[in-house]
Parts: sequence; C-alpha cells; structure tokens
Amino acid sequence: MIAEVGLFSLVLAFTLAVAQATVPLYGAAVGDGRLMAFARSSAIGQLLFVAFAFGSLTAAFVVSDFSVSLVAQHSHSAKPLMYKISGVWGNHEGSMLLWVLILAIFGGAVAAFARNLPDTLVARVLAVQGMIGAGFLAFILFTSNPFARLDPAPVNGNGLNPLLQDPGLATHPPFLYLGYVGFSMAFSFAVAALIEGRVDPAWARWVRPWTLAAWAFLTMGIMLGSLWAYYELGWGGWWFWDPVENASLMPWLAGTALLHSAIVVEKRDALKRWTILLAILTFTLSLIGTFLVRSGVISSVHSFASDPARGVFILGLLVATTGGALTLYAIRAPQMKLGNLFAFASRETSLILNNVFLVVTCGAIFIGTFLPLFVQISNGDQLSVGAPVYNFFFVPLAIVLMALMAIGPLLSWKRGNIAAALFRLKVAAVAALGVAAGTLLLQAGWAAIAFAVAAWLLVGSVWVIVERMNLSGGLGAAWARAAGLPRSAWGMVVAHAGVAVCAIGIASMSVWTAETVTLLKAGQAASVAGYEVRLLSVRDEQGPNYTAKVGRFAVSIGGAQIDEMIAEKRVYPNPGSETTEAALRVRPLDVLYVTLGQGHPDGVWTVRMYHHPLVVFIWGGAVIMVLGGLLSLSDRRLRVGAPRRAAA
Amino acid sequence: MNAFGRTNPLWLLLCVLLFSSLAHAVEPDEKLADPALEARARALTAELRCVVCQNQSVDDSDAPLAKDIRVLVRERIMAGDTDEEVIDYIVARYGRFVLLNPPLSGDTVLLWFGPGILLVVGLALAYLYVRRLNRAPVAPQPLSPAEEDAVKRIIEDPRA
Repeated sequence: MIAEVGLFSLVLAFTLAVAQATVPLYGAAVGDGRLMAFARSSAIGQLLFVAFAFGSLTAAFVVSDFSVSLVAQHSHSAKPLMYKISGVWGNHEGSMLLWVLILAIFGGAVAAFARNLPDTLVARVLAVQGMIGAGFLAFILFTSNPFARLDPAPVNGNGLNPLLQDPGLATHPPFLYLGYVGFSMAFSFAVAALIEGRVDPAWARWVRPWTLAAWAFLTMGIMLGSLWAYYELGWGGWWFWDPVENASLMPWLAGTALLHSAIVVEKRDALKRWTILLAILTFTLSLIGTFLVRSGVISSVHSFASDPARGVFILGLLVATTGGALTLYAIRAPQMKLGNLFAFASRETSLILNNVFLVVTCGAIFIGTFLPLFVQISNGDQLSVGAPVYNFFFVPLAIVLMALMAIGPLLSWKRGNIAAALFRLKVAAVAALGVAAGTLLLQAGWAAIAFAVAAWLLVGSVWVIVERMNLSGGLGAAWARAAGLPRSAWGMVVAHAGVAVCAIGIASMSVWTAETVTLLKAGQAASVAGYEVRLLSVRDEQGPNYTAKVGRFAVSIGGAQIDEMIAEKRVYPNPGSETTEAALRVRPLDVLYVTLGQGHPDGVWTVRMYHHPLVVFIWGGAVIMVLGGLLSLSDRRLRVGAPRRAAA
Repeated sequence: MNAFGRTNPLWLLLCVLLFSSLAHAVEPDEKLADPALEARARALTAELRCVVCQNQSVDDSDAPLAKDIRVLVRERIMAGDTDEEVIDYIVARYGRFVLLNPPLSGDTVLLWFGPGILLVVGLALAYLYVRRLNRAPVAPQPLSPAEEDAVKRIIEDPRA
C-alpha cells in the first residue's frame, strides 16, 4: 500500500511541477501578483509530495518489503539499518528520487527564505526550477519507477553491493547531489535574469549563497568519495581519473570559477555575460555528470545500474535544458552592458585569469573524458585516456593557478600594483624557496615545484590576515582587528589555504609513497619506510552479514613495538563478493596501510604494506576549503540580504 | 553492444564484484629480482589499461588477464626489450585500447592540442575583453536637452 501511495504522490508532484513551470512565468509576464505567488506555494507543495514519496520508499527499505522490486533487488533483511536506509539511494531509481528530492528542497528553500527578492524574479526562478523538476519527475515516472511491485515477492532480497556498505559511501551520494542539484539554483537565477533582461550587483548577491552552498556540498561529496576509495579499495589510491570522478570534478571546477566571477559582478558590475554563461555551463556539467553515471555511456565502476534507454531520456533533458538556456542567452546576452572599466593589473583581471585556468582545466578533462566516446562513434576505433594524460595537463595548470592565487587577493579593484603585491608577498617567497630547497634535499625532484608553490600559496593567503592584524600594535588589538574582518575575507583566506594544504598532500603522495609486497607466515615480519610489520595471526571471524579472515599485525620501530593493526578480508554471501578492510594507522603526518591479500598453502599470506606521508592533508585540505565556504556563507551581508534594487 | 557502450554492464558489474574489491594486484611471485627492472615493469604496467576491469591499470587490476600482461611485460624486459619495444609488443597483441597514455595520432590531436588551444584562446579573449573595456568611449556623452535644462536651473538657483 505504501508503495502505491508513494507513486501517487510522485504523480501529484509531477503535475504540480508542470503548473509551477508555467503559471508563475505567465504571472510575471502580465504582472499578476496572485499567479506569481503561486510559485512559492507550489514549490512548497512539490517539496511535500516528493518528500512523502521518498519517505515511502525509505519505509519500504526499512521494513524490508520485498514485494517492492527495488527493495528485493538491492536490500536484504540481514543488513544493518544504516545500510537499509542508504540502500534507498544505492541504486538507479532511488538515487534519481534523491536527486529530485534535493531539487525540491532547494526550491522549497527559495520559497521559504528568499524574502528580499523581487516577486517577478522569485516567480521566474521557481518556474525554471519547476521545469527541471518536471523533466526529472517524468524521467522517474516513465523510465525508472522505484515503486514497481514484484509478484510473487521473494523471501529475501539480493543485498547491497558490500563495497557500498560503508559510512563514507552512504553519505557520499547525498553530498554530491546537494552539490550537483545546488547548481540548479545558479542556473535558474541565470535563466530568470535572462528572461528579465537584467543582471546587476544585486542579482549576483542573491545568487551567491546558493552557489556557495552547492560548491561546499560538492567539495564535501568529492572528498568523501575519494576518502572512501582510499580506505576501501585496498591499495591506497585516492583519485583514479575515472569518468565518473571526472564528472564530479568538472562541475566543481566550473562552479569554483562561477563563485569567483560572480564576485566581479557583485563588486564591480562587470563580467556579467560570462557569469551568466558560466552558471548555465556549471549546471550543464552537473547534468552531464548525472547522464554519465545513469546511462553507463562510459565504462566506469560507478555504473552499477546503467541502461542506455534511460541515457537517451537524460540526454534529451540535457539538450532541452542547456539548449533552451543557451538559445535564450544568445538572444539576450548582446543587450547586456559591457561593464565598468578596470586596468590590466587589477583584482578583476586576476579573477578573470582564475576563470581562464579553471575553465581550461575543466575543458582538458572534458576532452579526455568524451574523446574516446566520440572516436568510437565516428570511426569505431577504441581509445583509452588514463591518469598519465590527465596528470600531464592538470598538474601544470594547477601549479600556475596556485601561483596566481596568492597574488590576486593583494591587488586592488580597478587598478592594482603588481610590483607592490609581489613585494608584500616576500615572506611567502622566502617560504617557497626554503621549502623548495628542503624538498630537493629529500630528493623530491619535480615535485619540489609543487611543494614550493603550495608553501607560497599557504603563507601568501594567511599573510593577508597577518598584515591586516598589524601585530606591532599589541596582540589584543591585533586580534580585535582580525575578528573585525568580514567573514567573507576570512572565508577566502581559509579556502585558499585549504587548496594549498590539499596540494601538499597530493605532491607528497606522488613522490614519497613507499610500498612492500611480500609473503608472510604468522610470526614473520617485513618492513616499509622504517616500520617493521609482523604478522601475528590470521583467524576466521563471523560478522553480522559476512565472514572474515582477520589478520593481526604488530608494528614496531627499531625493535620497540608501537602498535597493533587489524586487517580483514570479508566475504559477503548476499550478494556473494569479497571486500578488503585495510588496516590503517592514521597519524597527522603519515598513514601506515596494511592489507591482507591472497592466502596460500601452509598458512602463507600475501601482505601488502604502504607508507603514505602527508596523505591526510589531501582530505584535510578539502575540509578546510569547505570550512572557508561556510565561513563566507555566514557573512553578514548575505544573511541581512541585499539592499533593495535601485529603480530601473 | 549498443550504440554507445562497448561494455556490457553485467560484465562490468561482474568485474567489480569479482576483482576490484580485492587488494592491489602485483603478487610477490611475479616480481623481478632486479629492483631497477622491477621498477621499469611497474612504471610500464601502470600505463596499460586492464581490458577486463576497464578503470584499472594492469598494475592495479586483479583480473587474470592483467596478471598475464604483467608477466608478459616482465618477460619482455628480461628478454632485453626497451620500454618502447615492450609497449609495441603489447599493443600489437591487445590493440591501442590498452594504452592509458595514447600517442599523438589523427584522432588524438584534439586530446593533445585541445587544452593548449583552449588556454591560448581563453587568455586572448580575456586580453581582448579588458582592452575593449579600456578603449570604450571615455569621452562623456553629450547631455540631453532635459539634462542641460536641469544643469542650467541648478546653476541659476543652487538651492533648488
């Protein structure tokens, strides 16, 4: 019964979305306040219906109702409750429902909280959201019904892929979707602005919190996925340049560019056409991400529920959304004013350069991801593009971008002085040279450049705050001055420092990883990077829904035991598969990573041990970036809301 | 086979379930005794794609086919092949598809030159945009008759 009510609720949500997509647009065109007000109530109604449908599906998973086909395919009664719930989005149909739920949440949030915006803008933004919602609800209803019944119902379900039964992966999709779908707000604001024919600093300020929130969520989602891959896949890889990873990185790069270009619109009323285009592109890339995962067009570990017929539907949605928006853009953009004057050496130019480098990086990844598909369709030939290619482009672009990132914030708006900015960065320059010399002594080779640039950026970012604190006037006064800086300034500094921290971790992983692969019997030891790892025993153990071989290891340095580690190899009977639970000894500056491999006769085991210096910095840096985003989001000027728009 | 994909999703799923969850692939018995040669073998296999688990390199994959290629690469190295000869040997058997780092050819021109072209175009557009802003008419627009009237009134009676 609950499944049918859930489906009915989805149908109602779809009907309402169609109304939301049309009525407020007409109301805004003819200036009818009641029709425009319908946007808010329908957005909230849509949220309620979609939330009810999502709740129904969750309930079916929690009570293990195997008469619902989706539950039977992806759940199992012996699964822990947490993974019964995360099983809701661990499959195609449920994850699309989550996608639509998040879209409805954003729409509802605009309806409930956007109080200072003009009525016409709210009506148009919500109408565009209604169009996206209607498209995706139709996709669910016509191709991916999550509530389909199964008769006769099986006694038990197939279970969830055990690789996905993990706290990191249970939370990874919701965060990722909050990011992807969050960029729909930037898109809707952009399209609404094109319809209104008006982009100004007030618009940029209204759209900023939504973009910032989506960016922070996406950063978090990518970070969780990378962290999961690191500890779960069992060899300490944290990024694979997998098509689906690329699909999340592309909107992240474009979204990061958007955050920066919107600042120019807000502060200087320039770069408007580009910012609108970027908002459209960012959401397009989010849709492409959804398309890649859901269609299985490009082979990937993520395409656990791929289906080309669904791919065609999403491709249609993509063409309609992006094509429509770009057509509108082509008609309206030429009417927008060029913007205010600024010199070549200025904050504006530095932000434009930021955009150029981010978008080119995004473009390089786009070409690498889609060229194999294009080549195959055009001449049937097969082509692979892997990590060596991506690293070749990504690393130099990222290094130049980071070098510029320290300078940009020190330039003033309109007309800056590059020489003066560089002079103010002398401490950062000294730090960079010191780090370069130090890492060269440690034989880091070319990575010394990456370390030096990261040090330059880290010190340079923090220096902005130190300068403003003016330490000569006493610590108390300096602290008061620092606390008085706007949160957005702090947010920028923290986020930039996070990028530097992340880069340090990446560079360190690329040069200083040590690994030992060997055969061990209980009692034997091997060493990696100065740690001696001794296999103590391997035992059989029984988990809630798996059986495991549990290997105990003793870790010692210079003969003195410092720790014990436990690595597992699990066998899940439902569905039958194996996972590796690596033993990790996590310290701020390094991780010792031990896995139990294949068993051989006579109690001999393949054991792999890795030493990963500074690897924690990679995800730590990402978390710092998110904190920077949240700090900026808490800035007073966003909470208070923009001043009333000047009369047209 | 369908219009888009070369991979049967079921095959992929099977691959994930069977192999990808296991640990890093190189087994101790495969390793070459000489660390320098072993390092070369590792570097080479890291640039080859496993045709079974397509998102893993041969160095990472646990599929039996990947093991075959790993052993083959080491055999060729022991036979005295250079890196290029080893790669050519593997490509001759398994096709260009196994190369994660494809060489420049007719259909990879875009891959290798595209990003550079994008960068040049992006920088050029940025330059032209800023230059255009700076060349925009600086001379003030002539006042409209209404504005001239307003100025005249203010000059004649500053308090109005």
